[in-house]
Amino acid sequence: MPDTAHEQPQQRQFYPYTENGGTILAIAGADFTVIAGDTRQSEGYSIQTRYAPKVFRLTERAVLAVNGFAADGNMFVKKVKQRLEWYRHAHAKEMPLRAIARLIQTMLYAQRFFPYYVNNILGGIEEDGSGAVYSFDPVGSYEREACRAAGAASSLVQPFLDNQIYFKNQTPAPGTPHPTYLPLPDVLAIVIDSFTSATERHIEVGDGLEMYVVLAKGRSIEELADVAGVQELTTRADGDRMFVIQRELKKD
Amino acid sequence: MDHFPTNWGRPRNELHDQYNTYPIHQRPSQPKDVFGEGVQRTQQPIVTGTSVLAIKFKDGIMMAADNLASYGSLARFKDIQRLHPVGTSTIIGASGDMSDFQYLQHTLDELMVDEFTNGDGHELGPAEVHEYLSRVMYGRRSKLNPLWNSLLVGGLQDGKPFLAYVDLLGTTYSASSIATGYGSYIAIPILRAAVDNKENTLTEEDARKLLHECMRVLYYRDARSLDKYQIGIVTSAGVSVSDAIKLETNWDFAEGIRGYGAQTQ
Amino acid sequence: MTSIGTGYDLSASTYSPDGRIFQVEYANKAVENSGTAIGLRVKDGIVIAVEKLIHSKLLVPEANRRIQTIDRHIGLASSGLLADGRHISNRARDEAASYGDTYRSPISLKSLVDRVGLYVQAYTLYSSVRPFGCSTILGAVDKTGPILYVIEPSGVAYGYHGAAIGKGRQLAKTELEKLKLAELSTREAVIEAARIIYLVHDDAKEKDFELEMSWIGDETNGLHLPVPKDLLEEASRKAKEALENFE
Repeated sequence: MPDTAHEQPQQRQFYPYTENGGTILAIAGADFTVIAGDTRQSEGYSIQTRYAPKVFRLTERAVLAVNGFAADGNMFVKKVKQRLEWYRHAHAKEMPLRAIARLIQTMLYAQRFFPYYVNNILGGIEEDGSGAVYSFDPVGSYEREACRAAGAASSLVQPFLDNQIYFKNQTPAPGTPHPTYLPLPDVLAIVIDSFTSATERHIEVGDGLEMYVVLAKGRSIEELADVAGVQELTTRADGDRMFVIQRELKKD
Repeated sequence: MDHFPTNWGRPRNELHDQYNTYPIHQRPSQPKDVFGEGVQRTQQPIVTGTSVLAIKFKDGIMMAADNLASYGSLARFKDIQRLHPVGTSTIIGASGDMSDFQYLQHTLDELMVDEFTNGDGHELGPAEVHEYLSRVMYGRRSKLNPLWNSLLVGGLQDGKPFLAYVDLLGTTYSASSIATGYGSYIAIPILRAAVDNKENTLTEEDARKLLHECMRVLYYRDARSLDKYQIGIVTSAGVSVSDAIKLETNWDFAEGIRGYGAQTQ
Repeated sequence: MTSIGTGYDLSASTYSPDGRIFQVEYANKAVENSGTAIGLRVKDGIVIAVEKLIHSKLLVPEANRRIQTIDRHIGLASSGLLADGRHISNRARDEAASYGDTYRSPISLKSLVDRVGLYVQAYTLYSSVRPFGCSTILGAVDKTGPILYVIEPSGVAYGYHGAAIGKGRQLAKTELEKLKLAELSTREAVIEAARIIYLVHDDAKEKDFELEMSWIGDETNGLHLPVPKDLLEEASRKAKEALENFE
């Protein structure tokens, strides 16, 4: 058969994006927030590395999880951190969570016609001491929620959270309404279950799990006392407290 | 720097917003390019190098790349070095477009001269070189004018082995064994089995044998590879790139293969 | 002929009737008042030494270096206005880099001196600028071997076996002439250079000084590097001894 491929003018366009897999998730409690992500980075069927963090501490009460195109994600986090540093220099205080959320929307929308190919989830403690989660689309649409999953396995995890956090499709026993907020141990268990399940069913999720826990000022840390692999990141004695919990996930 | 004071200009009032919390970014003014729309930026690699392999071992890192630069399927240049030492504690290895790589080599050498002329006795290590390269690569992809390479950066940073990857999209990562191109499919399983959790016990000789074996497997399977390669090593003793090493291969098994190609009987 | 009050010294773009440019001559005065700098071109390398006058005890030692590196293999010492010297070294670095961009090989010192000389000369042409108040010694080991130049405020550049600029240049030149430069090793030249700097330093009139030295040669692998601490100390010690015997 004659090869005619070369007779057609060929055009190969450089495509400036890729997907690097992984999943992130955040859940807000009454006075705490948990922000988590797996640590696998992949391209296609190849695992590039088993440890590439997707969750980043921004301030002493704000944590940002970024998922999608890793190069964009890392650059975006770098730029957010830089803006927060400039804010500290100008105002001698840390930017409040809701302000960071609006900043992130502005920064994402600035790239409306060449977007950062990432889903952001911002979690932390608001100025009123409540736990909060903000989720963003790649061009900056955002809202405050009680929980959100994003990334490769978001379609697996989000329905699970809808059921477990929002009690969708659950009927409470008469006289015992669903609680508005879950306690921290329950939330941690849900996060861990979400990731072990996602690891089972999604090839791009696995290797390691990193969970950031932000506790409102004055809140007891008792529930974290006997959690395995917990490490405190708090820098100030009289403010909100931050912890990171590292766990293994299956590597196959 | 522009040394002509007349070109310096002055900061203009309207560009300085005293109520803002961050400096207003000044873009250098660029003359309008009337052919701008027609400029060909997106490209494809022309003369290419295939896989680069690298691993950590107990004294540092070791890297391997063959000496071939291909022109499509033509084995065009068979004595090309794809490992490049940068300073005294870093080595980079490149696959992809060789002219883009040579441009990067020059850029990095210039950067090292700038550091040297500073005269503060400080030298860039592999972590800094990798950060620099990833900014260059991401910057170029963001202009839709990428440098068409996958690069490995290895070395000793503060006495510890450092190994990381960056490619034409600006994607970066770090691991104890990394390979580019076909190596990421063929060599990585072999390397991970031998290196993971043994980074602190693997000797230089072990590492050399391991890479040799992987280069052999790649030569059998990768049609754009060569049986001549070089090893680059960074330890506390410094950086070195070996002379070319020849791979011994045995193609006897091919005699018995029937069913495709010229021999159908 | 005096230049004061004639009006011919107000701009570098005006000649005096007898063909001089007074602004350039004033620039030379700035050099003559500055600490001495010398350069030695010897058998297998280059040695540069500077008498850096310390005008305040509050200064951090080794601050305000007067010896700079231009490229891996090129060193520069300036005498005169320190800031002008730094400006010229920045320009020299850019020229060296631009040569590298174009030709992908290290610049020869001759080419560099041509380019920097042209730049310095340009500042003697316009009424809107003043000439550089500094002379620079440039030394290198390039593909032609060890080589040494001085660029003056006028933009002229001469090659030398031994060069001296600044306050003590006359005495330094006489001392340099006594040396068999072509037979000296860089190591020996370091000792001699230190001795000359100590010799020309005028204890009576001047404040403290710091000896600054660099070299290029086989011992530095062709790189321009500061003379190592121990050798510098040895050279200073021997210089002081020689000075006592001399007096």
